Amino acid sequence: MSAAIDYLLHLADNALVLGQRNAEWCGHGPILEEDIALSNVSLDLIGQARLLYQLVAALKGGDCTEDKLAYFRDTHEFRNYTLLELPHHGPLSGYAQSSLDYGTTIVRNFLYSALMALLWEALEKSANADLAAIAAKSLKEVRYHLRHSRDWLVRLGDGTDESHARAQASLDHLFAYTQEFWAHSPADAAAIAAGIGVDVTTLRADWDAIVDAALNEATLQRPAVSGYVTEGKQGIHSEHLGFLLAEMQSLARAHPNGVW
Amino acid sequence: MSTQLKEWPLWEIFVRSKQGLEHKHCGSLHAADAAQALEMARDVYTRRQEGVSIWVVESKAITASNPDEKGELFDPAADKIYRHPTFYEIPDEVGHM
Repeated sequence: MSAAIDYLLHLADNALVLGQRNAEWCGHGPILEEDIALSNVSLDLIGQARLLYQLVAALKGGDCTEDKLAYFRDTHEFRNYTLLELPHHGPLSGYAQSSLDYGTTIVRNFLYSALMALLWEALEKSANADLAAIAAKSLKEVRYHLRHSRDWLVRLGDGTDESHARAQASLDHLFAYTQEFWAHSPADAAAIAAGIGVDVTTLRADWDAIVDAALNEATLQRPAVSGYVTEGKQGIHSEHLGFLLAEMQSLARAHPNGVW
Repeated sequence: MSTQLKEWPLWEIFVRSKQGLEHKHCGSLHAADAAQALEMARDVYTRRQEGVSIWVVESKAITASNPDEKGELFDPAADKIYRHPTFYEIPDEVGHM
């Protein structure tokens, strides 16, 4: 039971945190169509998170609800990959709120979608029937997210000198965080043993193939990564998640049980 | 892909609904090329389940009739009611026509 809860929270928090990040583009997209596209992606992810939180709430029982899980847990209780909580500020664009970097957004969505396109497919065979059903629904959504982000990755990489440089810088900045994909947490190990979860290391060769083919088409260099492996899925986060949660949770905490 | 365009070309978007037999014009958008126009049309024009198929056509590929010639082009048809096949009985087996 606990193995399932921890694993489902990891999947749910991934979707919610990246959904919240993508939602930051709403009203600020580089062009109208992309504004709508990013909002669509965001709503898909938040929809996935809701289904997973509802499942966790049902397993936990008592007075647990999806809203309690999303809005009343603190930083150390979130189980998302560190990659997904990072701001959209690319390494070349500083840290001003006004300088959201679309290349960073696209590269991150691509790296994560490439993983989830494989993971949701594998999770269709999960021993947990509810999770298998959520995986089937999410797979269609993430395949589009992958298509959207891959298309832009190629356009930016194989675009102008500036778009190429910025896409490469975003890739160099973010790629090290993908190491966390392949490092099993105790929750991962328990979920795999219970047949609920998937051993992601079995997906790595396929992920490499998707990433390498896209980077090749985009004329971008795959960075060699090593060193510190982030541990967001074990609750050890960067300084950025606290700010994200503060913004996302403030309304629900200011008006507990509010209905609108 | 290295040529820089100041403005992306305009594309006309046609969507076929689930029940519809034909693609209907639903709007236009700017995109760098046809593939991108298709992706964007999906996000802009089908997010409320409007369609099951999309066509995109670059606006400049469309030759339009001149609104000033409306009179000579279309008015002469106004009093030719016999051109409507309303005087036939359609057998049930024919179905939708």
